[in-house]
Amino acid sequence: MQVWQCVVCGFIYDEAAGLPAEGIKPGTAWADIPDNWSCPDCGVAKADFEMVQI
Amino acid sequence: MKPIVVLGSGLAGYTLVRELRKLDRDVAITLVSRDSGDFYSKPMLSNALAQGKTADALVITAAAAMARQLDITLLQHTEVLGIDREHKQLQTPAGVIEYERLVLALGADPIRLPLQGDAADAVVSVNDLDDYAKFRGAIVSAKQIAIIGGGLIGCEFANDLAAAGYAVTVIDPTAYPLSGLMPQQAGEQLLEPLAKLGVTWRFGAAVKAVNKDAAGYALTLADDTTLSADVVLSAVGLRPRIQLARNAGLVVNRGIVVDAQLCSSDAAIYALGDCAEIEGRVLPYVLPIMYAARALARVLAGEDARVEFPAMPVVVKTPAHPIAVLPVARDAAGAWKILAQGRGVKLGFFNTQNLLQGFVLTGAYAAERGEMVKQISTD
Repeated sequence: MQVWQCVVCGFIYDEAAGLPAEGIKPGTAWADIPDNWSCPDCGVAKADFEMVQI
Repeated sequence: MKPIVVLGSGLAGYTLVRELRKLDRDVAITLVSRDSGDFYSKPMLSNALAQGKTADALVITAAAAMARQLDITLLQHTEVLGIDREHKQLQTPAGVIEYERLVLALGADPIRLPLQGDAADAVVSVNDLDDYAKFRGAIVSAKQIAIIGGGLIGCEFANDLAAAGYAVTVIDPTAYPLSGLMPQQAGEQLLEPLAKLGVTWRFGAAVKAVNKDAAGYALTLADDTTLSADVVLSAVGLRPRIQLARNAGLVVNRGIVVDAQLCSSDAAIYALGDCAEIEGRVLPYVLPIMYAARALARVLAGEDARVEFPAMPVVVKTPAHPIAVLPVARDAAGAWKILAQGRGVKLGFFNTQNLLQGFVLTGAYAAERGEMVKQISTD
């Protein structure tokens, strides 16, 4: 399981925790998040930016 | 062909360039920065401490790599002194820069309260990465930190500093935290969670003077009580940087006045981000910058694009009690209603037709932000 960070706003996505509030189950790999997902904090689309592995 | 010149290497400047490059790989772009031009996440300045992040660690992409990735000419540490609109030239200490079209992404300056005392100049603000580096240096041996301002940035810093073990006092003339963004029953939800972390709140109190004392600084409040601190941080808001535009004769108000195409009163000059007043609104948050940058990129690429802002909630990064708010205008007609409470509060603002126009979600309810946005009526 890896942890990713939004390059724009610093939002952290932890694959182990997922984002249950947005329907993303714990354990969801970054690669498996749908392309229409956007960063909950800054709204940047998945396809438009890179989450960086931290 | 002269380049498109972008002034400013913050989120607005770099996002605009990134979006424009997706549409036009060939147009010449020059980006001028007052600082190093390193790309970093500004929202992290007020919540990086508890994560143990140094200023260097906040740099996501160094300036040289940004210039290479985006295929731009980057001028670092370059102050623009004036705009000659007639000749489409910028004056800098290093010489003249010519532009075809100019984008002002200048940002905003921290507001400084007029304070008395022999240490008024020692009050720090943290508005960019250099400020953050200095602040980190200043707090190394500090124990007590006073924060002037209990708004979004003040509360985020209070949470971050208290979580890192500092004794924090927040001083604010209003009655409760985040009073500029939400009603009292929502803002006061922060009181207890942050107090448990070690934050002392002083509401209804204004700082009058800051003086040196034996250990550090003594703050005198308007009621003549005093408190001591090793470091004093000011977080009382931002003022758009409009001086350069004003001196050039552009129309300015609170910010640099632009239309829905981000175009100023000069057809060759655009503005976005914290320095801009877009159709009457100054929106110093991340989401509006992203939408404005995408629209302006399309305009600069020759499309007939206009910025349209959807409902854009603001996230207050206070991990001790997270908050998401979709603020409403101060003069909006309607009323706040409590929709749920117990694990924080969930408030909705309903207009006179009973349509949801804004919300505040605190604590456990903050996770419902996406759902609430879908219910917002934009009519």
